[in-house]
Amino acid sequence: MIRFILAKLLYLVPTFLGITIIAFGFVRILPGDPVLLMAGERGVSPERHAELSAQLGYDKSLVLQYFDFLGRLMHGDLGNSLVTKKPVLTEFLALFPATVELGLFAIILATVIGVPVGVLAAIKRGSWFDQISMTTALVGFSMPIFWWGLLLIILFSGILGWTPVSGRISLMFFFPNVTGFMLIDSLLSGQKGAFGSAVSHLILPSVVLATIPLAVIARQTRSAMLEVMGEDYVRTARAKGMPPFRVIGIHALRNAMIPVVTTIGLQIGVLMAGAILTETIFSWPGIGKWMIDSISRRDYPVVQSGLLLIAGLVMLVNLAVDLTYGLINPRIRAT
Amino acid sequence: MKYLSRSMIAVSALALMAVAAEAKTFVYCSEASPEGFDPAPYTAGGTFDASAHPIYNRLTEFKKGTTEVEPGLAESWEVSEDGTEYTFKLRQGVKWHSSDTFTPTRDFNADDVIFSYDRQGNADNPWHQYTPGITYEYYTSMDMPNLIKSVEKIDDYTVKFTLSQPEAPFLANIAMPFASIVSKEYADALDAAGTREDLNNMPIGTGPFKFVAYQKDAVIRYAKNPDYWGTAPIIDDLVFAITPDSAVRLQKLMAGECHLMPYPAPADLEAIKANPDLTLQEQAGLNVGYLAYNTTVAPFDNPKVRKALNMAINKQAIVDAVFQGAAAPAKNPIPPTMWSYNDAIQDDPYDPEAAKKMLEEAGVKDLSMKIWAMPVQRPYMPNARRTAELMQEDLSKVGVTVEIISYEWGEYLQKSMEAGRDGAVILGWTGDNGDPDNFLSVLLSCASAGEGGANRAFWCNEDFSKLLKDAKVTADPADADQALRRRAGHLQGAGALVHHRAFDPVCADVEQGLRLRDEPAWRFHLRDRRSGRVIRAAAY
Repeated sequence: MIRFILAKLLYLVPTFLGITIIAFGFVRILPGDPVLLMAGERGVSPERHAELSAQLGYDKSLVLQYFDFLGRLMHGDLGNSLVTKKPVLTEFLALFPATVELGLFAIILATVIGVPVGVLAAIKRGSWFDQISMTTALVGFSMPIFWWGLLLIILFSGILGWTPVSGRISLMFFFPNVTGFMLIDSLLSGQKGAFGSAVSHLILPSVVLATIPLAVIARQTRSAMLEVMGEDYVRTARAKGMPPFRVIGIHALRNAMIPVVTTIGLQIGVLMAGAILTETIFSWPGIGKWMIDSISRRDYPVVQSGLLLIAGLVMLVNLAVDLTYGLINPRIRAT
Repeated sequence: MKYLSRSMIAVSALALMAVAAEAKTFVYCSEASPEGFDPAPYTAGGTFDASAHPIYNRLTEFKKGTTEVEPGLAESWEVSEDGTEYTFKLRQGVKWHSSDTFTPTRDFNADDVIFSYDRQGNADNPWHQYTPGITYEYYTSMDMPNLIKSVEKIDDYTVKFTLSQPEAPFLANIAMPFASIVSKEYADALDAAGTREDLNNMPIGTGPFKFVAYQKDAVIRYAKNPDYWGTAPIIDDLVFAITPDSAVRLQKLMAGECHLMPYPAPADLEAIKANPDLTLQEQAGLNVGYLAYNTTVAPFDNPKVRKALNMAINKQAIVDAVFQGAAAPAKNPIPPTMWSYNDAIQDDPYDPEAAKKMLEEAGVKDLSMKIWAMPVQRPYMPNARRTAELMQEDLSKVGVTVEIISYEWGEYLQKSMEAGRDGAVILGWTGDNGDPDNFLSVLLSCASAGEGGANRAFWCNEDFSKLLKDAKVTADPADADQALRRRAGHLQGAGALVHHRAFDPVCADVEQGLRLRDEPAWRFHLRDRRSGRVIRAAAY
């Protein structure tokens, strides 16, 4: 197992270097530059443009700028935002818990609902439940998040008045940020009703963000289960007279979970993409919205370091998935 | 800070009324996060709404909802004969805010004024670069570094500004957010504590509201400044709920999660008007949207051709379709609320038949041209693509073929200023300081027609440019007004631009018991001037 983990860790080094190049290159390939966007309709004289570019270090060659970036990175310096002038890491750490909280809820929701639905659809293959759930999953998968989010807001917050429209907690609650996780902080604050308010604010955005992963997980679980249930060992277990619950729960599900765990791991990346829109609609102060704002302003340091941090996290999650894989299936450890 | 239970704000406008009346908490659904709380390094309106207006004051201020200048931290001023020396008498007894980490030991005085200007204009001032990468773009773009020769302290409550040349809009310039006065004593305290960046994070000002806390991209909290030198605020707690999406802002407003929202989407206007709980208020904005021909390229160098094209475009149809009526066709390049606006000018009428004939007379046949549609929404132009399509249709009726093109925003701005540009550009301008020169010189002077300028028609008329210059150095406002009227008249013949609208997006607000508009201390000057409409609750 240790060799397995070490081998996986070794793979991270070239991947990480590759990501630094992509993160650095990506925002620079986009047309337009931060100085022009800062000036807007007002325009900026060529002299002032050159002066500002030099001040920001963008007059140097791209290769030199890249090594500058890499060098500072090695010292743990991710740079300062061109817009807010604040360190990228400070901003990231301030916003990241909100995204984690939302993402975690969404992925739990997607798994808790998606896996049983997929299993049930596989067992009752061809039934009305199978048909309806899989069609719904397809619709969910194709749903434009922005539209879906707004629809839910109008229905549940506007017409029914069951959930708050947006934000993380009612503005009437005001307490210090301890962990950045609103659920925890609201409990720590000891204020009556704060935790409930935080939960109610989490419902709609989690549902919206969970929609696509839920659909994918349900469909993946169903097809993995169908495949496994046709295997010889399942037939044998059944022939031995094992109760259906044990056959499905132990023999089938455990093996079917391997591709499902991979899928759940891959959904982390999908979640990040979904978070960008979800956070914008629900005024959720997370890193998705932060990245979008920074890309549209060509805030180079934020985009490159932000991408790097996000990619690094996705890599770690994937590593965790690989390791879980090894736990579920001992054969994989050997290879 | 007072807490209200969530259930109370969630229910109805009636319940809200009671809550608001008790606690006087006012929630504003703002459209963008502030970039920081020091107004000097930034240029965005959303940043100023959160920093300059509630927290700070300036030497001069704009009268609420107008572009007229009135005394602020300066009680009075004298201008020398030649218009280059301004001596300000400062207001006495103005208290600085206090916070957990800072307690002021003295009132506002001349040192603060000198510090506030020197840190922006003087590269050797230790506060010039208090955070890496900081620049003072507004100060620079208003040409302050060249204009202000010196700022001297005569005594604790008297300051003298010496200018390098007379500048008619100077008093308006220093009423702008970038010229907000910050505390020298606070800066010194931060210096000693080694936390200089807090000037931008935990602001200390003299304004009607004290900064309490900011949670990035989520909430800003302010508390009433009990020692405010002006009319005391009637709001106790002011809260900004940052809500970037306009449809969500409207939902929050309707759900009672906030009391006021700016910039509803044009598409929502009908629904807002139909809702008895909301009131929509309109006010002309300080902006103009336009289509700029390249007047250096044939056949657009011919004023007759430009006039014919202008007459072929149905501006009212654009106002109706793109702005849902929240705009008006413009006949001058400046908005009607601005002083020196010339109402006597006749707009080119919409007359495709006459336009067709004029084009024939000018010898233009089978003209094909490009129209540039910007890729972003702006207060002066919510949908450039749709606007371009309407123009395309109008022009096809007079035999002109239009191709619509677009670029990424930064590229659009840059390429549209390149000499010899092919096509007419849709763009606009929002005023900075309420001075007409800030529109006319920027958009139509010879100096602005080159690289780094914003005259995208490249229209250069030496006489007109001279008029602009003369008016700028005229100290007597009456004279300047005359000169500006002449300019507007002059321009009419040139027809370099088609103007599409004179007023601005929309600002919406629901109020329960508290009437923000009547709140004397919360000065949303620029917002007032920029915003077209305000929604207000009818249920109180």
